[in-house]
Amino acid sequence: MATIPIAPDSAGPALASRSLARRLVSGDQVAHLFTLIFAASVILITSLLFYELWINSALSRAKFGWAFFYTQNWDPIFEQFGARPFIYGTLVTSALALLIAVPFGLGAAIFLAELAPAKISDALTFVIELLAAVPSVIYGLLGIFLVVPFVREILGPALKKTFGFTPLFTGPVYGVSYLTAGLVLAIMVAPYIISVSREVLMAVPNDQREAALSLGSTRWEATWKVVVPYARTGILGSIFLALARALGETMAVTMVIGNVPKVDLSLLAPGYTIAAVIANEFSEAAGNLYFSALVELGLVLFLLTFILNGLARLLIYATTQRGAANP
Amino acid sequence: MNRKVAIFLLLVLSPGCSHVAQVSDSRSVLLNGAGATFPYPIYSKWFDEYRKHNPNVQINYQSIGSGGGIRQLLAGTVDFGASDGPMSDEQLAQSKSKILHFPTVLGADVATYNLPGANQEINFSPQALAGIFLGKITKWNDAELTKANPGVNLPSNDIVVIHRSDGSGTTYIWTDYLSKVSPEWKTTVGQGASPKWPVGLGGKGNEGVSGLVKQTPYSLGYVELVYALQNKLAYGRVRNSSGAFVKADLAGTTAAAAGAAKNMPDDFRVSITNAPGNNSYPICSFTWLLIPSNIPDAAKRTTVKEFIKWMATEGQEFAEPLGYARIPHEVAEKEIQAISLIN
Repeated sequence: MATIPIAPDSAGPALASRSLARRLVSGDQVAHLFTLIFAASVILITSLLFYELWINSALSRAKFGWAFFYTQNWDPIFEQFGARPFIYGTLVTSALALLIAVPFGLGAAIFLAELAPAKISDALTFVIELLAAVPSVIYGLLGIFLVVPFVREILGPALKKTFGFTPLFTGPVYGVSYLTAGLVLAIMVAPYIISVSREVLMAVPNDQREAALSLGSTRWEATWKVVVPYARTGILGSIFLALARALGETMAVTMVIGNVPKVDLSLLAPGYTIAAVIANEFSEAAGNLYFSALVELGLVLFLLTFILNGLARLLIYATTQRGAANP
Repeated sequence: MNRKVAIFLLLVLSPGCSHVAQVSDSRSVLLNGAGATFPYPIYSKWFDEYRKHNPNVQINYQSIGSGGGIRQLLAGTVDFGASDGPMSDEQLAQSKSKILHFPTVLGADVATYNLPGANQEINFSPQALAGIFLGKITKWNDAELTKANPGVNLPSNDIVVIHRSDGSGTTYIWTDYLSKVSPEWKTTVGQGASPKWPVGLGGKGNEGVSGLVKQTPYSLGYVELVYALQNKLAYGRVRNSSGAFVKADLAGTTAAAAGAAKNMPDDFRVSITNAPGNNSYPICSFTWLLIPSNIPDAAKRTTVKEFIKWMATEGQEFAEPLGYARIPHEVAEKEIQAISLIN
């Protein structure tokens, strides 16, 4: 295809038929068609996913209706299913992960992009990208061997002693908890935030920095007040990428969260997440209603991801609008 | 979705398979099965060994879990299923052709614990285990435990209960046992592969449970006997229905099955937890192959029949080296008679 020379269209009416044939087989047309098919398949797969989740959860939707979302009884033997503990656990662990990983990740990214010498920055970035590629089960093991004992022996008792008057840090400390899962998730998602934010910060044009410095700002002021706001859309993007991974993480979470389907305000209590319960119970789900309820949990996770991504879009849209209006 | 994928694969693959079978004059037979994960090591050993004796027979087995095995069998996407718990009447009613249960080997659950300072094996009465897992007995020095362990200095610490978080046959056996010894457990929790636990933390798989037990002081959990033996975990004795405290081993498991064999129903759907007999270990169960009684393909039918006969006789020799208890002779003989029901 690439060997066919593309002549200007003003070749004249004598060449009209030849140009039609050429257009049909030209690289442009073929490429257009194929790339269109590939792009359309994304929509097809998404709709297929939704359709399958919808159809296979019909039994559970018909039986429990909206109560599925807010009741907290999950009893496969007596066939009562409510998703509240799982939705709660998913949101709490993901929020904790972001709460820890965002300041940490952003700080590291600023250092790597703005302050560190190029050699150190490149070497560290290589390690961070390696961390992002480590399979989640390895983080689960890290959680079991390191984070669980750390929470049980040191962090948990310390938090209880200091903040025990709030409902957030009460009850027995087993080591496996919402907090532990949040910590492990934070370790897992931080590389995403660091890696993407660093790229975005480095893409900020140098004249922005120079302009700020020439107006008398210190280096930190130039970074914090000019470079970071300039890159905020990309930084937000990296945070939502991290959120998406935290929401769907299964293996590492199920290894450290304790797998108890109860809503507990205390972050030191064991909990459960949607992804973890599906992975745990799907293979032995013999009853039709049980199977259907697990699929409906999948649907809930799908919608949750959908809604949070929608909110992310809105947030990015809002900040870029504000940025444009008030540069 | 799993189901859809399986059906799709079947549609794609099945013309090919039957074609091969016809071309080679029905001499080569391919059987597909799916189900329980607990007996997977022995099943894959059996199918491997059987192929050595009968090179024309290939049996594929996917350990997707008992629930998945039953679903696929009912959907007709596999030739046979396998399950750690017998199918319910409701499930059997969904099947077009009658489904037969064939016990293959036995598994047992043991109570493993982490009790700092205890250097003796702990005795558990059925009431103690049920009470602990119901959340009624919360301290190690509860009267129910001290009564069964004279001379052992039990601490006053809280018991941390550890259970399986994934649906599993191990849990099925455990809850089946608790349902038998505790009416309260039967009515409030019941028996199944993933119950609603009144108390405790969940670990994924035997390794998840034993990992949590090892890490958590004063905890108590349950794992498969095979797993405890292979990993040399400490586990307690349990009082059986004759009043003796028995330590789980393979012989005690087979003894329990022999004790229960006298009342074995013809369809083999029997629970042998809390079985009679002085040597019977009370927390154990058969695991079953699920075979449709009507197999239209003659070659497949013959192969299935021959395999079950081999499994119940020679195949049993492979059980104990792999950590499974063999089925008692009485049961094996009864099974061989039941083969005639397949047609």
